[in-house]
Amino acid sequence: MPWFYFLIAGLCGGLVGGMGMGGGTLLIPILTMFLGVEQHLAQALNLLVFIPTGIIAVIIHAKNKLIDYKVFGIIIGPAIATAVCAALLVGKLKSETLGLLFGIFLILIGLFEMYLAIKNSIKNKNKIKKPILKHTLYPPKK
Amino acid sequence: MTAKKVWGLLFAGVFIGIINGFFGGGGGMICVPALLLIGLSNKQAQATAILIMLPISIASAIVYYSNGFVEWDLVLYTTLGSVVGGVVGAYLLKKLSNNVLQYIFALVVIAAGTRMLF
Repeated sequence: MPWFYFLIAGLCGGLVGGMGMGGGTLLIPILTMFLGVEQHLAQALNLLVFIPTGIIAVIIHAKNKLIDYKVFGIIIGPAIATAVCAALLVGKLKSETLGLLFGIFLILIGLFEMYLAIKNSIKNKNKIKKPILKHTLYPPKK
Repeated sequence: MTAKKVWGLLFAGVFIGIINGFFGGGGGMICVPALLLIGLSNKQAQATAILIMLPISIASAIVYYSNGFVEWDLVLYTTLGSVVGGVVGAYLLKKLSNNVLQYIFALVVIAAGTRMLF
């Protein structure tokens, strides 16, 4: 498989990720369906690809004081512990089984995202449009 | 922070870890709504989620690596594309404000998932 196919796959994943949606959620099926990468390899690839991009993003967000370190401190312990256990378990699964489970996971994530999108649409619709204050540019005639 | 929120976060951590370790991704898509739920702003939730996903991804990647699931040349090319895509995506996000993209993303993901089942 030519190297630039992987470059393009990364570009697609990064583009979606940069827009705040699941970059990896898209990159993994691109790798397995279009480039024929084995499921475990695709998942490992996605984890590693995220690291440099994530570090850059965290540095920028930290400078802008957008990170809540208290929340991070609470959530990170159980998250790392279960992630390691789950990753160990995945090593024992067959490629086909994992691919099937991943497909179900994608459908659930897609439905959840659809629900969030509909919720956002409703919220945006209900927003009261503030009138543009024209007299800030042109003072009203008295 | 109330005890209820702390327990909520601990539970979210367990769930996010399982998902991201098992599927090698997707944890962020659960993490952001969870952080919004406990009252973080949109930008704060996105930023904090990335910091949370970093050590989880590193820890999971080490396990995947020790199981022999890493091909470094593919990692290199895909990462190069991803970094460029990430910068362009973040720039485009400022230009696009509606959530049409969110709908498209949801449909694409559902289609991909369905394809993987058959």
